[in-house]
Amino acid sequence: MNIVVCIKQVPAGSSGSIDPVTKRLKREGIESVINPYDSYALEESLLLREKFSGSVTALSMGPLKAEKILRDSLALSADRAILLSDRKFGGSDTFSTSYILSQAVKKIGNVDLVICGKQAIDGDTAQVGPGIAAHLGWAQAAYVSNINTDNNQLSAERMDERGCDNVVLTLPSVITVVKDINKPRLKTLKGMLESRKKEIEIWDFDKLECDEKLIGLEGSPTRVVKTSLPPARDKNILKIEGDSEAVSVRIIDFLKEKMIIE
Amino acid sequence: MKINSNNLSSYKNIWIIAEVEHGDSTSISGIINPVTHEIAGRARVLADSRGVELWIIIAGDLKGNINFSEEFFYADRIIISDDSRFSGFHDEAESALITRLIEKYKPEVVLFSATARGRSIAPRIAVLSEAGLTADCTSLDIEKETGLLLQTRPAFGGNIIATIKSENHRPQMATVRPGVMKNFIIERNVSSWLCSESAAKPVITEEPAVEAEFSLLKKILSVKKKSGITHSIAEAEFIVSGGRGIGGTENFKVIEKFASLTGGAAAASRGAVDAGWVPYSYQIGQTGQTVQAKCYVACGISGQIQHLVGMQSCEYIIAINRDPEAPVMKIADIAVTGDAVEIISVMSEILEREGR
Repeated sequence: MNIVVCIKQVPAGSSGSIDPVTKRLKREGIESVINPYDSYALEESLLLREKFSGSVTALSMGPLKAEKILRDSLALSADRAILLSDRKFGGSDTFSTSYILSQAVKKIGNVDLVICGKQAIDGDTAQVGPGIAAHLGWAQAAYVSNINTDNNQLSAERMDERGCDNVVLTLPSVITVVKDINKPRLKTLKGMLESRKKEIEIWDFDKLECDEKLIGLEGSPTRVVKTSLPPARDKNILKIEGDSEAVSVRIIDFLKEKMIIE
Repeated sequence: MKINSNNLSSYKNIWIIAEVEHGDSTSISGIINPVTHEIAGRARVLADSRGVELWIIIAGDLKGNINFSEEFFYADRIIISDDSRFSGFHDEAESALITRLIEKYKPEVVLFSATARGRSIAPRIAVLSEAGLTADCTSLDIEKETGLLLQTRPAFGGNIIATIKSENHRPQMATVRPGVMKNFIIERNVSSWLCSESAAKPVITEEPAVEAEFSLLKKILSVKKKSGITHSIAEAEFIVSGGRGIGGTENFKVIEKFASLTGGAAAASRGAVDAGWVPYSYQIGQTGQTVQAKCYVACGISGQIQHLVGMQSCEYIIAINRDPEAPVMKIADIAVTGDAVEIISVMSEILEREGR
């Protein structure tokens, strides 16, 4: 089974600053890490390769420093790592990003399964995975919490607010995974040493071949027109302590007063 | 590929894609999830301010139940696609159908609930329609000068609020976070609207799905609904959440009991989930769910930033923790220093004494 796992570098920590021109997140000078959900996607692709053989290609789009997370993927035994990097890709929204990634999947060729994390923790959109599926015309399964491989049939358990279902996965497919799906392995020293010998391929606009009208800030259907900080919480904190009975009465009174409970 | 920046003006009307419950052995299919109605109050206001119609699109295994006029009294038109092959959740088929309807009827705005299902199909439809899509909006407005939809959403775990628009593509699409627009239907003076001329019964149009739309149909092997929890965390108004400070699975039952007595939902921090006390579906925070309840009670949760981003938009926060310096105490409306398990069980006793 040939798998492409899409990984994104996201700023570590959770306070971002905003570029005044693009109104998008500024990434300079902030340490980057792999999007947490994507490490589950990577682990799942390694597990499926162990089961079915084949290859795992780690794919990322971003500035050159995103090489770091690709190098880590190689250290975890991904077979190939590709970074899509070009100024023309910058400012892409989820439509354009999923288009660019889908073009890369096409170019890689012979891909059976694309695995993404359910969403990135910076944008929180969860739109790129299904977007890739749509650009490719493939089936999709989002919020996957388990992949069953019994009887050599692939099926995916999908979570929603009320529970989960289990659906047969037809290939080729795109899936997005949640944290519950596995426990990512840790890098080994041997893996890290070996990863240094492997090449990270850089594909720019010319190499990738895509329609310039569909990418970057100009090609993106959506545009961020304003960003602001959320309204600060009212700092009036009512501090209480003491006897549990008295405290409990206080809280219940509050809940009733605010009509949270009847 | 088509670029649809031409003839933008041929796109009009506002659509809501209804979330239809998929039936299983314990529930009836064809029921409309209340999250759909939540969006409607706001969508009605937007439609009126644009002078256009509000349409509801219902695709599902409706078992012949197409009598939605009363349920969607506020709509101008209801498009119904009733097909048993929609039974369960089929991203590909629903997306293909809705994409075709968008092409046929050309709505200017298409809204979805930001549920797992809405967030699965909306990006697929947006790409197929070459439209812009904004995820998880918490407010929607029309820009006066241009008539464009202003879509506002939190990003970066709620640390940034971004307003987004889609100037040259139609429809303008958005998923709307459950719970944030609940009150709009009440805010709008429904009764005066009902008496007005526009309050004729909605027109119902049937749009059967076509064969090609089921070409990627997945086989559904099983459906499991959560047992015991009547409210999903995402939709709950009142959430009682336990962290590592709770101390164990047994103590978590205290949280569950209080949640059920109050009609709320039980949830957890990553610490409690990783300790194996409750399943992942309980988890609030950066790698779990983001909630926006009216009230959130954090029990024995220290409040690392990864947790706070999942719950800091709740209207009221009550924190109960042994450590008065825990970060969660600084964002709480009520910060209680004490043993959360003991206090919660006393609260349950009080409520039981009151006859719950």
